[in-house]
Amino acid sequence: MNELHSLEHMARELCKQNEYDRDQIVESIYDHAAGITANTVTCLDLGRRGFENRVDNVVTSRLWGFPIMFGLLALIFWITITGANYPSAALADLFFGWEAWLTNLCQTYHVPAWVHGFFVLGVFRGTAWVVSVMLPPMAIFFPLFTLLEDAGYLPRVAFNMDCLFKKAGVHGKQALTMCMGFGCNAAGIISCRIINSPRERLIAILTNNFVPCNGRFPTLIALAGIFFGGSALLSAGNLAATFVVALLVVLGVVMTLAVSRVLSQTLLQGEASHFTLELPPYRKPRVGEVIIRSILDRTLFVMGRAVIIAAPAGGIIWIMANTMIGDVSLISICASYLDIPAQWMGLDGFILLAFILGMPANEIVLPILIMSYLSGGAMIELDSLAELRDLFVVEHGWTWLTALCTMLFALCHWPCGTTLYTIQKEQKSWKWTIMAALIPTVAGILLCVLVNGLVSGLHLL
Amino acid sequence: MEGLERLNSVSVGQSVIVVRLNMLGNSRRRMLDMGLTPGTRVDVVRKSPLGDPTAYCVRNSIIALREVESRHIMVEHC
Amino acid sequence: MGRNMKMADLIQEKGIKQGEPITIALAGNPNTGKSTLFNALTGLRQHTGNWPGKTVLQTHGYFSYKDQHYKLMDLPGTYSLIANSADEEVARDFLCFGRPDLTIVVVDATCLERNLNLVLQVTEITSRVIVCLNLMDEAKRKGINIDVERLGESLGIPVIPTAASKGEGISSLLKTIYDVSVGRIIPQPVMVSYPSNIEDMISCLEPGIIKTLGDCINSRWLALRLIDNDYKLLSSIQQYIKPEIAIRSKHFQEVLA
Repeated sequence: MNELHSLEHMARELCKQNEYDRDQIVESIYDHAAGITANTVTCLDLGRRGFENRVDNVVTSRLWGFPIMFGLLALIFWITITGANYPSAALADLFFGWEAWLTNLCQTYHVPAWVHGFFVLGVFRGTAWVVSVMLPPMAIFFPLFTLLEDAGYLPRVAFNMDCLFKKAGVHGKQALTMCMGFGCNAAGIISCRIINSPRERLIAILTNNFVPCNGRFPTLIALAGIFFGGSALLSAGNLAATFVVALLVVLGVVMTLAVSRVLSQTLLQGEASHFTLELPPYRKPRVGEVIIRSILDRTLFVMGRAVIIAAPAGGIIWIMANTMIGDVSLISICASYLDIPAQWMGLDGFILLAFILGMPANEIVLPILIMSYLSGGAMIELDSLAELRDLFVVEHGWTWLTALCTMLFALCHWPCGTTLYTIQKEQKSWKWTIMAALIPTVAGILLCVLVNGLVSGLHLL
Repeated sequence: MEGLERLNSVSVGQSVIVVRLNMLGNSRRRMLDMGLTPGTRVDVVRKSPLGDPTAYCVRNSIIALREVESRHIMVEHC
Repeated sequence: MGRNMKMADLIQEKGIKQGEPITIALAGNPNTGKSTLFNALTGLRQHTGNWPGKTVLQTHGYFSYKDQHYKLMDLPGTYSLIANSADEEVARDFLCFGRPDLTIVVVDATCLERNLNLVLQVTEITSRVIVCLNLMDEAKRKGINIDVERLGESLGIPVIPTAASKGEGISSLLKTIYDVSVGRIIPQPVMVSYPSNIEDMISCLEPGIIKTLGDCINSRWLALRLIDNDYKLLSSIQQYIKPEIAIRSKHFQEVLA
């Protein structure tokens, strides 16, 4: 545009002639602002600021900063996991009731068995399962997390952890998206919007899956409970099991940082963007509004997408479990094909298949595995840890190595369907969605093969 | 120049005045927009547990800057 | 008038017509309780999407007061309108080219000075601005006392103290919005006076700007941006005003010939 260019040119000439210092305009605005403020604002005592200062001194201190962070996160987890049990059970009962009603309906109208199987035992039960295990923890985790956000604590987390993220070549705010990923990876992906730089946002998205979401925690806890704990109850979990799970979480964080660093040095190179984080004053969180907002914006939104993915998946899983070729179900056939690569990773074909079929939602991995082992036709849950142990150890030859590799793979594998869908929507790029699936998977496979090889090779078993 | 220090080397609890910004481009703009204009008073509030970034009080609000940024801000003591 | 079709999709044509919602832009620094205010005004009548061609989230909502309907556009929280990032570019572009009927700048009462930077930048683009002095409860708790009347006089625009999270001051804000939108209150912002060298340059540049762009853009503001070498703004202008410039400059050439 000629006119604009000539204006631009004229401006530059004028600047040279008039000795314009490039900061003069901003400085003038601030001088003006300072003048107004001096005339209109008076400050009294610093009592309140002193209190906040003291809180910040503790919360970001060398001694207490990190322990407080982990402590708070652990507390939120504990509340989520214990608190979600009752609503989950209640929802499961409710849906089971509906399922029975539907089954009755089918019987009354002499609906063919496969129709009943596909729609009721497959689609309906699969969706019901996902909702009853996903919804309650999310409905607890998100409001709690949002309360912390509202209170102003989260910038302090970014402040504490930025050094690590800077070394990985990314932004300190990734600490926050990581925390969100603990609740649900799909929500974690959405939260990556707080990162301004597209490059750093992409890295945050690609590595978000290394932190285990609410859906993977029950699997990790169950397996840790069986193999590394004593004969403790599933929900209580004793010290060794907790320790193992905690270690896995730390491993997830380490993987996030390591992979971020690799990405920012290879595929996604670029300038580290400015950091400038504001530490706002602490505020009393608006509990009512937080709860409403987090339920509407986060919980329902994620649930909606999960249902879209879970419904057809449930149907497909039923088909695979109930389609027989000869004497053997499709699931068993697929599992046998997967057995060889799985053995390399310290797993077996059924485990690998369960992960693959569990793509719609990580919660259903364990139920699918149990179903396959029991050669049942539909997903169920076992009632006690002891039964689970029998099934795995006695009947299918699991060792602690199998459990460890399964847990490692649970930590590092492709994101669930909802998350992938969210990534595609956010980034509008199939290329990066595929990368987001590949990166944790490759990491997981390598990790499992390594651990399996080391342990077997050193005959530690 | 004599008597000038880099902001990143000022210890916690001290107050300084911004003299000059040495960085250019977007970075500079950002600093200016946050209020770090020459003549502004800055209080060094605290350091992160891992040493970086550092929190500064500028015009009654607290902002955290990484060392790679604060080293380009030249200040003098009040 | 100088508006790109995509922007026009977002906002209605300037609503002097009966029943058309009046567009209000909601600007402010991050962490000022802007979203609380947005929720307080629009309740559940909100829609979220993306700004055209950007990955920046956009939320807008609706509310009514007396006989007027309003469409509230939530701009990303920014520290300034100099486009350093996608957020600032979006905010600046909307205020500039989207031509909202009214702009509310949400200001944090606990750190007024830095927030005024944005307010003053906004008043350089448009005069129809209201300051919402939010977080008054926090300021009170910190012992910060603000002479609101004097602040309003110094700025030349209405200043409404609020504590959006408690719902305080909202009715006063609504009344002011109404008064400004029907013309009962006419804000007259006090402009920042620049050193004489800058003022000289502005007066040199303004005529050329008015000739090229007419009243598509606030000429004083554009002059300042040119002096500040804001090249991103120029490409935005080309994007949003191109056809009109071509027509206009052709017209002027014919007139001058």
